[in-house]
Amino acid sequence: MGELAAFIILSAITLVSAAVVVTSGNIVRSGLSLVPTLLGVAGLYVLLQAEFVAGIQVLIYVGAITVLILFVIMLTQGGTGVRVRQTTGQLPAGMLTSAVLAALLIAVFRGTVWPSLAGTLPQYTAGPIGATFLTSAILVFLVASFVLLVALMGAIIIARRER
Amino acid sequence: MQVGLLHYLVVSALLFCLGLYGVLTRRNTVAILMGIELMLNAANINLVAFNKYVAPGALSGQIFALVVITLAAAEAGVGLALVMAAYRNLETVHVDEINIMKW
Repeated sequence: MGELAAFIILSAITLVSAAVVVTSGNIVRSGLSLVPTLLGVAGLYVLLQAEFVAGIQVLIYVGAITVLILFVIMLTQGGTGVRVRQTTGQLPAGMLTSAVLAALLIAVFRGTVWPSLAGTLPQYTAGPIGATFLTSAILVFLVASFVLLVALMGAIIIARRER
Repeated sequence: MQVGLLHYLVVSALLFCLGLYGVLTRRNTVAILMGIELMLNAANINLVAFNKYVAPGALSGQIFALVVITLAAAEAGVGLALVMAAYRNLETVHVDEINIMKW
């Protein structure tokens, strides 16, 4: 019962602030509404016994990506201001597409019987995740580190002012 | 009533469609990137939910979610750098005004 209540509250926070993110006419308000959205998703991770993923979500998404987005909003002055039109001419088409896709996805989810394998999640996931990353998922770990390095250099080179 | 896999799948489908709506209708490039972040988060909810309800014996879903978060950070960094470069050269961040490759 408590789990259901927590799920409903967290989903409501996530979806309502996500709706503010995509519909608000003020781009700064959109960027700030990203914070409750991502925190709600972190709460859903905690409900799903993924406390390490929830912590990383708070650190990287709420702490880093949102701040980066707000910085870019502040640095690109042409984008701020309430009076600027924020939507393209394809508003009805976009609305129709997302509504149809949502209905289709929910219908498919309701009609599918998902298998359920045996086993239980470990009580604390941080240690087993680290062990998996350093043994069977070591290639993924190394490739992700390399991608991060390349993205770091690429971002610096692209954003640098040319002389 | 117990919270099951279907509940999480429905929430993530709604979050994905909100992100898609943002990507399709926004003019501001930064707002489009925000929509992409919402879609990536919806995918992550799916991965972690499947990890718990379908295959709890291994942690593959959470590993995938962590990799997706890493790549989302890289994507945000490079994407926002591209927005800055476009703004410096064209003095706009609106996608319907960035049309110098259109003949």
